[in-house]
Amino acid sequence: MSASSIRGLETPEGVPIQLELASVGDRLVAVMIDLFLMNVLGIFLAIIVVLTGARGRAELAAAVMLVVFFLIRCFYFPILELRWRGQTPGKRATKIRVISRSGGPLTAQAVVARNLLRELELFQPMVILLAPAAIAGGFPAWVGLIAGLWVLVFALLPLVNRDHLRAGDLVAGTMVVRAPPMLLLDDLGAARGQPALQFRVDQLDIYGAYELQTLEAVLRLGNTLENAGALTAVAEQIQKRIGWTPGTERVGPFEFLSTFYAAQRARLEQRLLLGERRERKRPAAPTAP
Amino acid sequence: MSGELRMPSVRFRQEREASWRTLEALVDRVQRSGLRSLSAEELGRLPVLYRAALSSLSVARAIALDAALLAYLNALAARAHVVLHGGREPFAFAFRRFWAQTFPRAVRSLRWQMGVAILLTALGTGVAWRELARDPQRWSDFVPPAYAQGRGPEATDADLKAILERKETPRSALIAFSSFLFTHNSTIGLASLGLGFAAGVPTAFLVLTNGLILGAFGWLYGSRGLAWEFWAWTLPHGVTEIWALLLCAAGGLRMGQALVFPGRLSRLASLRRAGETAGVVALGSVAMFLVAGLIEGIFRQSVGDPAIRWAVAGSTLAFWSLYFSLAGRTA
Repeated sequence: MSASSIRGLETPEGVPIQLELASVGDRLVAVMIDLFLMNVLGIFLAIIVVLTGARGRAELAAAVMLVVFFLIRCFYFPILELRWRGQTPGKRATKIRVISRSGGPLTAQAVVARNLLRELELFQPMVILLAPAAIAGGFPAWVGLIAGLWVLVFALLPLVNRDHLRAGDLVAGTMVVRAPPMLLLDDLGAARGQPALQFRVDQLDIYGAYELQTLEAVLRLGNTLENAGALTAVAEQIQKRIGWTPGTERVGPFEFLSTFYAAQRARLEQRLLLGERRERKRPAAPTAP
Repeated sequence: MSGELRMPSVRFRQEREASWRTLEALVDRVQRSGLRSLSAEELGRLPVLYRAALSSLSVARAIALDAALLAYLNALAARAHVVLHGGREPFAFAFRRFWAQTFPRAVRSLRWQMGVAILLTALGTGVAWRELARDPQRWSDFVPPAYAQGRGPEATDADLKAILERKETPRSALIAFSSFLFTHNSTIGLASLGLGFAAGVPTAFLVLTNGLILGAFGWLYGSRGLAWEFWAWTLPHGVTEIWALLLCAAGGLRMGQALVFPGRLSRLASLRRAGETAGVVALGSVAMFLVAGLIEGIFRQSVGDPAIRWAVAGSTLAFWSLYFSLAGRTA
């Protein structure tokens, strides 16, 4: 999760939630899966119509097929996005989802509008790329070329704006985000059976929230063999910085860091309750070389 | 003295974790198998648990420094938010409101763009009519061959007249014809709506082209003295179809306008408003195209008397005019 792709969203209850934008690559894969499924669905239904109803009623079968193809082309995306709360099979596979940028509900109008513009962004560019004559038909080639460029500008829109919004998102007030994984890790501060190391208040007043959460990330890597080097290095660094002298009992780097983490978090959270939030560590004392 | 006794965030989590887990399980189930998979009691608890999770998130941001806890609560709130606010109205209710209010109001809000679309159509019609009156050889400049289907300055009066007459056709062919017309016209209408985002240019072009074709046929039949029969043949479905096409064009122009001239709103906000109208118009016009397709495919092929055809054209005109000007007005 990189900071540049995090977007804030305020729920109607007034609580901001942070979400990660879906990448253009994910969205491209999703739309390709969906296009593939649309084709499979169309061919499948066509086979059913031909096998069941076509005998002697070819015209009726053709009529049914026309309507079915039309419905798939125009309503595959909107119906699925409405029923599956902003997802289609392609979006489910890539774990992304459409949401309203305002934090409110995703309305039917918005869903229809954002998919209406696929005509401009997806279907017309595909026609231009696959069969340029269909656009220019009857007109000189340069008209087709200009029309093609004109339409491609809109197809490439998601690549040139910060939120990867496509024209449909602009019009519908939506954006596409990654569905966040819900995983509650153990509370490192609640671990029991730690050696009773004591830290002085001035030792706990050096680091801030940023260092604490970096330490948390290091600890979550676990006390494993391949992690041992990193743990030792971090432990030594901290011990040096806070001027900690080992007492009688010997503790390994992981035990030291876990205990220090709990003590440091307790201290910072205590100060947080009093309204003092320390983001970063204090600069090193001027006496240090 | 160990840290855990002093740490409020640890106790905070221990006390609330069970309710978060319950919400997580409910959200998981809704996302996998839909809201219907919840019992009435679970359904009632969902919003309560959701608001509790949101308040936990706010509190945790204020008192806790455990990054894993904050990430989890954020994800939980985001997922639950989609479940609770991604919701839809019951279909029957939304359907009734759409036709009674949303659609006619959206149409009324587009009256200026409708005016522009009508002017463009009239311009196309006038140009084609005048040019063809001067030089009939230019027919193919205005009407694509696929559209003309043999109709043109070279066709004899009898041929032209034959097309306008009622034919004995089997019912399945009528339905097939209707469905072709419906899907073909809807595709064109939705395209002109969606393409409007490109500053309205492609939409204006499509409307103008439509006008040219209309003008060309008007001239052709008019010059043979078949005007009365021709319009009787065109208008019963044409009123609905052209109206829907003009609506789509108006919605497209509205989007183009929102992009180029956002006015006092920000460009994003203005596009969003236009998009809402466009979405409504898209749904409404598809239904209108369906009606037009049925009239054209079935009624027109079954009833040959121009007087009855004119009567139907007149009543559709009256119906849509009244509907769009009166439905959904407040007081």
